[in-house]
Amino acid sequence: MADALLLYRRLIAAQVRSQLQYRASFALDIAGTTLITFVDFLAIVVIFHNVPSLGAWTVHEVAFLYATSCIAFAFTDLVIGHLDEFPQLIRHGSFDVLLVRPRGTLFQVIASDLALRRLGKALQGAVVLVYALGGLDVSWDAGRIAMVALMIPSGAIVYGSVWVAGACIAFWTTEGGEVTNAFTYGGNFLTQYPIDIYGRWVRRLLAYVVPMAFVAYFPALYVLDKPDPLGLPRALQFLSPLVAVVAAVLAGVVWRAAVRRYRSAGG
Amino acid sequence: MARVRLNWEIAKRGYRRYAAYPAATWAGAFTNTVFGFMQAYILLAVYDHRTDVGGYDAVDAVTYVWLAQALIMTVYAFGWREFALRIKDGSIAVDLARPLDPQRYWLAYDLGRAPYHFLYRGVPPFIVGALVFDLRTPSPLDFAAFPVSIALAVVVSLGFRFLYNSAAFWLVDYRGVVTLSIVVSLFFSGMVLPLAFFPEWLRTLAHALPFASMLQVPIDVYLGKHDGLELPGVLALQAVWAVALLGLGRLALNAGRRKLVIQGG
Amino acid sequence: MIEVDGLTKRFVVREGRFRRSRRTVDAVAGISFHVERGELLGYLGPNGAGKSTTVKMLTGILVPTSGHVRVAGLEPSRQRIQLARRIGAMFGQRVQLWWDLPLLDSFELLRHIYRVPADRYRASLARFREVLELDPFLGTPVRQLSLGQRIRGELTAAMLHEPELLFLDEPTIGLDVVAKQRVREFLADANRERGVTVLLTTHDLGDIERLCSRLLVIDHGRLIWDGGIDDLRARYGGERTLIVDLEEPAPPLDVDGARVERVDGPRQWLRFRGSAAELTARVAARARLVDLQVAEPDIEEIVRRIYSTP
Repeated sequence: MADALLLYRRLIAAQVRSQLQYRASFALDIAGTTLITFVDFLAIVVIFHNVPSLGAWTVHEVAFLYATSCIAFAFTDLVIGHLDEFPQLIRHGSFDVLLVRPRGTLFQVIASDLALRRLGKALQGAVVLVYALGGLDVSWDAGRIAMVALMIPSGAIVYGSVWVAGACIAFWTTEGGEVTNAFTYGGNFLTQYPIDIYGRWVRRLLAYVVPMAFVAYFPALYVLDKPDPLGLPRALQFLSPLVAVVAAVLAGVVWRAAVRRYRSAGG
Repeated sequence: MARVRLNWEIAKRGYRRYAAYPAATWAGAFTNTVFGFMQAYILLAVYDHRTDVGGYDAVDAVTYVWLAQALIMTVYAFGWREFALRIKDGSIAVDLARPLDPQRYWLAYDLGRAPYHFLYRGVPPFIVGALVFDLRTPSPLDFAAFPVSIALAVVVSLGFRFLYNSAAFWLVDYRGVVTLSIVVSLFFSGMVLPLAFFPEWLRTLAHALPFASMLQVPIDVYLGKHDGLELPGVLALQAVWAVALLGLGRLALNAGRRKLVIQGG
Repeated sequence: MIEVDGLTKRFVVREGRFRRSRRTVDAVAGISFHVERGELLGYLGPNGAGKSTTVKMLTGILVPTSGHVRVAGLEPSRQRIQLARRIGAMFGQRVQLWWDLPLLDSFELLRHIYRVPADRYRASLARFREVLELDPFLGTPVRQLSLGQRIRGELTAAMLHEPELLFLDEPTIGLDVVAKQRVREFLADANRERGVTVLLTTHDLGDIERLCSRLLVIDHGRLIWDGGIDDLRARYGGERTLIVDLEEPAPPLDVDGARVERVDGPRQWLRFRGSAAELTARVAARARLVDLQVAEPDIEEIVRRIYSTP
């Protein structure tokens, strides 16, 4: 495990070095990402210009959802966002090169890049989080602090699992890869808003199939001490880490199965 | 006549380039549909509190959502870099040596591409939206004006895209300009939210900018927000922006061409 | 080192507008062969014959449909990672190096991927640097390398971890004559001095002639030749050519067992089968010989003949 982390660090070190080589360019990149992702929050601001609440949530509460969801997503995007280009890797036959190396294929794919500029999304997320917490009266205790600390990595792992599972589509068709965007970027967009505004079957999908509701919504209910507008069991609010683990395991299973199929059916 | 034939051939090429990847198109249409659902619910949640926002009622808002999804790819709102890339990798030298003006080329190309995206990435999500939600039916006049408005929107969009692409003539790292342009155009085109939702002052600003002509105007035409003389008026506005942006693009192209000739690629 | 028995790979090809009609294709149809440690063999076949499919099954990329395969005592499809440590592979047309990084950085990364101890790596790298003359471009990003330089880099990359077995796919493709020679010498040395087993997939018959003592020829998924090059020549060689230089120009010689293919002044080309010595005696009885040569049929001709033999 430690050896794998060390190798990971080495593999991405070169990418990171070349990104940081041109300071001005890099600063511009991050600024650009921060700005472009901030537009999503501007939309929320504009919406709340027109109404006092969305679903059962005030602007600061929605800002909390938005911020935690963005920060989680930013880290996932940072580490595995380049999976969007995975179809190209398959198309060029470069995946075979990975199969001849004495390492796991998913590890090699993930370790192939780390786009630092994607942290811009976390930057604006952090700013919005400060804004959110500033306008909320949270009764902080150890539990709530822990929840905030846990929900972000858990959310990141849920996003990551969806990303990995979605990338497997490339083993079947190298052109239909964009479908995954609906679940990764779509999932992120969706979790920026409270789940209770969505139609019933969308909510069911979100809670139980693609477990996006566990990224921000359920943990937020606990942190904000908010009664669930949907009246769902309180226990769900604590399940994010578990959901993350299950999602990660499932994603690994899907990946392995997809690679097995690729190795049976040929390129 | 030869010029018409040439433009037709270029337009066909633009169409074919995207028609060659049907799987990608369907995947994209699926994504549009998913985003459409999410946005529709978000806007409907606003109407829990009000019946009218900036002249839009709930049906207007939901119809806006599905029209916006239909038009994103049609007007190629999320950024285009092909021209900038050709400047950067030097192929522009070849393009400029040919008796074919790059701006005219990309315009014809885009006018060929847009129908493909409208038909295959625009219409299917809209149909899904129409089946699930209650959408506004346009009046015959508005329905007839709609395609005209879309065509103008495509030209306005291409004009703007060509303009920010030409930053590549002067800037080594043009990505900042491109990103900024995309962000601004996205926000003020009505892509993120209908301009009707904006506070008064922001709305006024938005309508003074060309970006509204890329997306919000055709949507408002469909929704019947412009009656009487307003209708031809708003189409004329789109035409004016189209001409203005293409004109600025032409100036940029000439300046860029001069720079290349003097300094080399 | 390699044991293959009844190896088969069947693909299902979906065709038609909506990919509805199906067809099964046997890319590899039950081939069997053994390779001992230290051999350097060539693997030949027309395009689409099943060469790369075979190699993919040997390296663990593809899972066989049926049959038995053992490489270095391991089952490639089940023990992929274990096997990967002991083999090296180079696909001439696919880049394994990191495109944007200096060549040396690629080597360093591979060293860590393969867990090569520092001292072994240094020694290994020093050897490659000397033999393949890598120093002038060690610091150059791979994308800026010439083809010849990149191939030398790729070869090094494939061998840095001192694999027991090397799979090379078209390693000399696109190289100029001098570069080809250098690579061939390098491979021959690696095989001879350090006993690296090499399976060389190639279309380049020069590679074959200069490097391989044994040849596997595959066509339509079946192995149509497995043996030494000399045996190949003997079997399919057919006619050889005796080139005689006479004292003075003469009409075409009429000799038993030979026919004159070409006459150019005092020189005549005689096609014959069988013993060159006997034919020479017969020719010498007819005319005054100044000099002579025996030309073997080239591999290309032989292989073409094999491909066209049903």
